[in-house]
Order: sequence, then C-alpha cells, then structure tokens
Amino acid sequence: MADLSELYQQTIVEHNRSPRNFKKLDHPTHHAEGNNPLCGDQISLQLTVDGGVIKEAGFQGSGCAISRASASLMTSAVIGKNREDAERLFRAFHDMVTGGDAAPADPTTLGKLAAFAGVKQFPARVKCANLAWHTLHAALQADQTPISTE
Amino acid sequence: MSTKAWDVARIRRDFPILSTQVHGKPLVYLDNGATSQKPQAVIDAVSHYYESGNANVHRGVYALSESATAAYEGTRAKVARFLNAKEDREIIYVRGTTEAINLVASSFGRLKVKAGDEILVSAMEHHSNIVPWQMLAEQTGAALNVIPMNERGELKLDEYQKLLTPKAKVVAVAHISNSLGTINPIKEMVKLAHATGVPVLVDGAQGAPHVTVDVQDIDCDFYTVSGHKMFGPTGVGVLYGKAAHLEAMPPYQGGGDMIRSVTFARTTYAPVPAKFEAGTPDIGGVVGLGAAVDYLGTLDRAAAATHEQGLLEYATKRLATVPGLRIVGTATHKASVISFVLDGIHAHDVGTIVDQAGVAIRTGHHCTQPVMEFFDVPATARASFAFYNTRDEVDVLVEALQGVRKVFG
Repeated sequence: MADLSELYQQTIVEHNRSPRNFKKLDHPTHHAEGNNPLCGDQISLQLTVDGGVIKEAGFQGSGCAISRASASLMTSAVIGKNREDAERLFRAFHDMVTGGDAAPADPTTLGKLAAFAGVKQFPARVKCANLAWHTLHAALQADQTPISTE
Repeated sequence: MSTKAWDVARIRRDFPILSTQVHGKPLVYLDNGATSQKPQAVIDAVSHYYESGNANVHRGVYALSESATAAYEGTRAKVARFLNAKEDREIIYVRGTTEAINLVASSFGRLKVKAGDEILVSAMEHHSNIVPWQMLAEQTGAALNVIPMNERGELKLDEYQKLLTPKAKVVAVAHISNSLGTINPIKEMVKLAHATGVPVLVDGAQGAPHVTVDVQDIDCDFYTVSGHKMFGPTGVGVLYGKAAHLEAMPPYQGGGDMIRSVTFARTTYAPVPAKFEAGTPDIGGVVGLGAAVDYLGTLDRAAAATHEQGLLEYATKRLATVPGLRIVGTATHKASVISFVLDGIHAHDVGTIVDQAGVAIRTGHHCTQPVMEFFDVPATARASFAFYNTRDEVDVLVEALQGVRKVFG
C-alpha cells in the first residue's frame, strides 16, 4: 500500500474531506466549466479578477478525491496571485504531475501543491489532478467553451 | 469454489491471462462487462490464421484464399447456429455492437423512419444504443422516446405499451443492462411491439456472454453481438437481422465486396450478407470469433449460467457487509453484474485503490450517463463476473473494498 499513500497524501485526503472555496461567487468576472468524461468529474469554476489579480475563486461540482482536492488547493493557491503567476503555477503543476521535463517539484514554487507529486505514478489519474488547473487556464483565457481533459 | 457441475479451476486454465499478476498480486479480473478474457483456443486460432492461413476472402482462385474464405464463411454458419438464426445469410459481420446498431439506425432507420415518427429506446441503454438513434431522429425529424424504469432498474412495461403508438417505428432495447445487470423481458417486449407492427432491435452485447440466445424464439428483428465480450477478439461482432429486413435495406457502406457490378452510371449490389460487408473484413477476427463460438460449444452453458448466478448471489451478500456500500440496480432478474457506490467516496478512487490489490473493476458512468442521472450518482464502481470467476475472487474484492475506508482515514 506504499504506492497508495503516495497518491492519497494527508493534504489531499483532508482537502477532499473539507474543500476550501467550495462555493458560488456573487459577482464573478471569469468562469469556466471543466469535465473529465472518463469518470464524470465535473467542475464549475468562478473567479473575480480585479486589476489583473485573482481576488476570489470558487468552485462547485462533483468528482473523485484527487480532482476535488486539486480544485480546493488550486483555488487556495491562486487567490492573491496575478494572472501571469497563476499561469506559471499551472505550468509547474502540470509538469510535476505529468513528470514532464521540468525540474523535480520545487517546494518553494508549489508549496502545498507538491502533495500531488505522487499522481505521476498513476497515469490514469493525472487528468483528475489537472482538471481544475485546465479549467482555471480556460477561465483566465476567457475561453467560455467547456473544456475537457479527454 | 466450484459446483460439481462446473469445474472452475479447470476452466480458468483455459485462459492464460488469469494466472498473471498485477502489482505483485494475482489478477482478479472483474471487468468482463467491458471485455472478456480470451481462451487459449481463440488466441491460437488467430495466430495460426496469420501463421498459415492468411489470404483475402472472396477474391483469389488459389488454395489459400479459398481456405480463408471457407474459414470466414464457416464462422458465419457457426454464429448462425449459436444464435439459432434461420439462415446463415442473416449474420452480418461488423466491428461490434456499436457498428451493428449504427448500421441498422442508418440503413433500416432511413428506410422506415420519417418526420413525426417515434423511435423508442429504454432508460438503461448504453450510449451506443442511444446516440445512433438520436442522430437518426435529428436527420429525419422523428422523436426519440424513452421507455422508463423503476428504482430497481426494471423497465416499466405498462409505460412501454403506452409508447407503442402508431407513430412508433422502431424499438431499441438492451437484452442485459451493462451498468445495472438487469435482464430485460425482451421476448415479451418483442411480442408487444409486434402486436402493433413495430420492429425491435435487441442490443445483445451483454446478452450473448451470459445467456443462451435464440433469436427465433425471441423473434426480434435485429440482435447485435460484440465478439470481444464473448471471449473472442476485439474488432469483430455480428449483426443478426431477419432476412426480409436485410433484403429491403439499402447498403450501409459502399466499396469492394458489396457489389454485383459497377459502372460509372450505375452499381448493382451483391445479395445479403455481402451487401453489408464492404471492404476487406477483419478475417483474423472472424476466425477468432469462430474459435470462441466453438469454445463456448464445448462448455455446459447451463452449468456456467448457474455458476454465474451463484457468484451474483454470493457477491451481493458479501458486498452488503462493506460499510456504506449501496448496490445500484436491484432488479429481480439480473446477470452477474453489480454496480455499487461507497458513501462519500468517488468510484474512481475506489477503482484505483482496489487495483493495488490486483482487482480490475470498471469505474465511471459505463457509457450510461442517463442511468447515472436517474440514480443521482456521478459514477459507480462495477464488478462484472464471467463463468471463470470464483468466490475467492469476490472475497479479494470485498477485502480490498474494506481497505478503501482506511485510505480516507
């Protein structure tokens, strides 16, 4: 069960149980829908962006522990960041979970998001972890077509 | 565990993959609804075909082509007997159930369905028995009506009868639901439809692997089969259609092998079944399908069905002991397919965790999103058993499920 504890880190289990920013915003400026047709993960993301800075982020929807915890930690991580920094974080996260060419997970950049490093050992679950981030990217690009990780 | 009539240990030896390991644990393969494993006889038949029998069919005058043609047409006869079709030509080779349904929706559908008509599908259909009909409805201006089901996952036959109006032109229904396991009363449903002159397509993707199919007894107009779900190779399946329908239907695809003569002015088509088999078919797949039918012919299928029902009962009882587990689909007549949800834990997490114990189950919506919506669940986990599964494997699944809670603390 060593592998499983790599995937289901305590931070992930905790954020799945009590997700942060699991709410609907009153006056969002950006939003996007994301879904993962393979398992039915579905997320609706709202942002309030003011002066290029993400002031508020909220998500709703249903999904597995990985996708839910990822949305919780993603929204927590990007609040207070400007768009460029949020996009940079998206790329760093993406590289970490896909085991891409970036350097190993840098805890100073990723902070708590490093909890998802174990996902790369579970290729079928990478899209669960990435869903919230792809949805964030779509929302920031003001691309209002529903995105899919398939 | 095995019954006296069913030596499951011996049967398991016919399937080489069943003695392999996953994550260092013996494979417990419980995803037979997605695809079944293949006996050595099927694997050998396919490799022997490519080693010593490969040639194109219906073309050459040389010995190798003739023997390939004989194997290809010989399988048609075997499948006709397997389904108890009246004639061999009522068996059309396709890629699988999906293509079979698309063929009927496209060809028969355009022949019979006009604007204002109604197409009936059931609430528990697989997407492959919804989307082709939806496309037909959009193209023709017909309506797609849904035969409802109750909370146990059984079709409401009284509602069905009300839907069989003079506007209804075709009924498409699963023999066995892939996500709920329900065995539908298809013989009765066909009888009711025929009483008002409505033809019926039965999606047999999950039917043929579990029960003996007699298309003349069912009296359905079409029956569809996927080879890979009945211990044959992927990429090959069968459409059974009554000869009178097949003769009246226009071709589905144009190309080689389906013609009698071609000029730039006009083409005349080959007779059934060749009319529906344009292009070089999956000959190796057909040979493998023939071997699968032969293999099933060596088994006591009544004993196999009894074994599967025993597994269903045992697994239903054992799964009930897992805290927070709820079975979705509790029809009185069920095949050995069990969908379930664990309270507060998404099916996808369940699938990943039990995989570490070597257990392969399907998680997700099973290509039946309307069923998930009906039961108000985003996804389910599904264990689907074949005649080679054992009660010990059920125990491994149950033990792995007990471990799921531990991961989430």
